Amino acid sequence: MGSLHLPIQERSEQTEEIRGHVREFLRQEREAGTFVPKCDTWLSGFSPEFSRKLGERGWIGMTWPKRYGGHERSAIERYVVIEELLAAGAPVAGHWIADRQTGPLLLRYGTEQQRMSFLPRIARGECYFAIGLSEPNAGSDLAAVRTRAEKVEGGWIMNGSKTWTSGAHHAHYMITLCRTSPYHPENRHEGMSQLLVDLSSPGVTIRPILLMTGEHHFNEVFFEDVFVPDDMLIGQEGNGWKQGMTELAFERSGPERFLSTFPLLEELVNRLRQSGQKHLMAQAAKLVSRLWTLRHMSIGVAHLLEKGETPDVAAALVKEMGTTFEQQVAEVVRLLLPTSPSVDAADRLDQLLAQSILHAPGFTLRGGTTEILRGIIAKGVIAK
Amino acid sequence: MTDLTKMLVKSTTKIMKDICTKEFIDEAERGRWAAELWEVLSEAGMLTVAVPEELDGTGGTFAEAYEILRLAGKYAAPIPLAETYMGNWIMADLGLAATCEPLAILANEGEPFQFKKEGAGWSVTGKARSVPWGRHARLLLVLGETETGSVLALMSPTEAKVTTGQNLAGEPRDTMVLEAAPVADEHLFAVDARQVHSRLLSTGALCRSVMMAGALERIAELTVKYTTERSQFGRPLHRFQAIQHHLASLAGETAAANTAASYAVAASRRGPDEKAIAMAKIRINEAAGIVAPVAHQVHGAIGFTHEHVLHQCTRRVLAWRDEWGTETQWAEKLAEQLMLLEENGLWPYLSE
Ligand SMILES: Cc1cc2nc3c(=O)[nH]c(=O)nc-3n(C[C@H](O)[C@H](O)[C@H](O)COP(=O)(O)OP(=O)(O)OC[C@H]3O[C@@H](n4cnc5c(N)ncnc54)[C@H](O)[C@@H]3O)c2cc1C
Repeated sequence: MGSLHLPIQERSEQTEEIRGHVREFLRQEREAGTFVPKCDTWLSGFSPEFSRKLGERGWIGMTWPKRYGGHERSAIERYVVIEELLAAGAPVAGHWIADRQTGPLLLRYGTEQQRMSFLPRIARGECYFAIGLSEPNAGSDLAAVRTRAEKVEGGWIMNGSKTWTSGAHHAHYMITLCRTSPYHPENRHEGMSQLLVDLSSPGVTIRPILLMTGEHHFNEVFFEDVFVPDDMLIGQEGNGWKQGMTELAFERSGPERFLSTFPLLEELVNRLRQSGQKHLMAQAAKLVSRLWTLRHMSIGVAHLLEKGETPDVAAALVKEMGTTFEQQVAEVVRLLLPTSPSVDAADRLDQLLAQSILHAPGFTLRGGTTEILRGIIAKGVIAK
Repeated sequence: MTDLTKMLVKSTTKIMKDICTKEFIDEAERGRWAAELWEVLSEAGMLTVAVPEELDGTGGTFAEAYEILRLAGKYAAPIPLAETYMGNWIMADLGLAATCEPLAILANEGEPFQFKKEGAGWSVTGKARSVPWGRHARLLLVLGETETGSVLALMSPTEAKVTTGQNLAGEPRDTMVLEAAPVADEHLFAVDARQVHSRLLSTGALCRSVMMAGALERIAELTVKYTTERSQFGRPLHRFQAIQHHLASLAGETAAANTAASYAVAASRRGPDEKAIAMAKIRINEAAGIVAPVAHQVHGAIGFTHEHVLHQCTRRVLAWRDEWGTETQWAEKLAEQLMLLEENGLWPYLSE
């Protein structure tokens, strides 16, 4: 079970310097009132101004080559920046997917023209992407994807629909997993491709699907004879399944998998300290110990990714445990303090608690459900 | 890990694996002293790691000593290795030479041992409970009080009255009584008792943490292997989704325990880091409470038998989680630090 020994990565001056800059920036923004810290802001905190400010400071596309508008920083430096943003509950949803997934995907599989065209805009915080995987009949079982693109002169004609698409109503483009060859029940992973679809194209319709809170964060997206030019194919035709799976590795083990409810935990610690309740603080301390461990596991995975390894099992572990922890925070808070959670409560703790409880079901679904992840982990340890 | 540490891990693994068979551990549990293992470790210089050569130590780092302890935990080595390390490190701080004898530390916080002047020397009286491997100790470190302050005495156990006891894993946890036992003047050293207690607690918790991380890994390995060997309903157990979810939980808890232990060790490069150790002991204790029952569930009845090796590991993690601080005790210590944070100080505290 060697895969379960994650490397330990210690603080360096470089990372601590950049951490200091981000913290100072966040302090000023908070004081200026440009944002109020919230839970789960990488799904729900949309602010084009804020994204642009991060772009100006070089905090998007941090690891990418300079010729594509990147900053050639290390993965660990990027890690520090994003964990600071999430811990502060800052509004990062706009550029989140583009920075986390689309950029690395294009760097790996994109054409030079695609990189030149998209990466600098993403890094400036001006260009947003959506993930087009799920469909009405393809959830955990992504090989059931039916959206299809037929080859025509100079491009493809796409028909079908995607669902649960986070931020599609703000995004400029979607990386869409679709079938470019007919579906074969015995070869379900073949014949899929990734197409980069301009969401302002004729034939694209985006309709809101409201969360159970009534908020609008995800959508259904319909394609009716949408023309996608040839140069918008990502990687190889027919290689979409493999490429899509690589993409998932980038999205599993980051700090957004255990910090979605951090602002609530921080407020809990503030309250217990103010009221001098040391024995209740000991309950909070157990959560702190879990978080401390998760963070170090996640940094370990980031370190392996930086070295070019593909720690799929460890990444799945971090997500599985991290998202469960995010849910647990809300459960512990309500047992420690008397609260009246409500999304429009005047009290900060009540508001953060409501955000956490009502967003919690999504944590263990998005990016691969807990059940699917457990299967991946078990198969990984059996194979070793 | 440096190349040197890798070599150390390799040779320690070989020693532990070869000697610590199921039968060897069974015999130790029946009361036999594990002399063969102790001798081999002694000859390999593994009992005095992280003590400088000037003090008869092997040199090396604390991290290397904790790596050896992790493997001792993994293979359920039935010897007072952690206790001997702790004793040697305390002695090194006092400028005393290291020992290769099994060592026991007698420190009673509530009713300290009392030292009285007797002619040219001293006598000591008191009682310590749950002393690990007390009956096998050849050297005692006794912490106590004189009329003028706290002292630590180095002495032989010949005068000690031992009442045997054991923990959940059948490891010796004895009661040791000293009644006016003589101590030579040159074997008495002035210390700050509070400091020694706090250092013992942190170091003890870190030792148990790494030992538990090792044992948890072994439990996970045994369980994974068993699910590939045992079939029911015409297929190996690991093909059942419910079993896969158990395996995922074992893998997750084991990885968490290993990470927590490694960070606590890294933070304690120069001496025990109380914050990291608190975080680690809480988390690893929790992991033990999850892993042991799941491993037994997956093994079915065979894992509940004395014949199977599983219990040698599960009983150890269940015993060790209560030694040197439960989750509750360490969470209270951590809470003391959290009570001192500034407004919104949790994130800086966590990420420093
Ligand atoms: C907040 C949020 C944002 C999202 N954003 C996006 C997005 O931007 N783009 C996108 O493409 N998708 C997005 N999704 C969709 C997400 O990827 C899916 O919800 C997820 O893959 C599960 O699919 P499903 O909801 O259809 O559930 P199903 O797959 O139908 O699963 C239902 C239940 O059955 C279990 N189950 C299914 N198969 C198995 C199996 N083989 N073994 C054991 N249990 C199984 C599941 O674990 C789950 O508990 C988002 C979801 C959420 C909640």
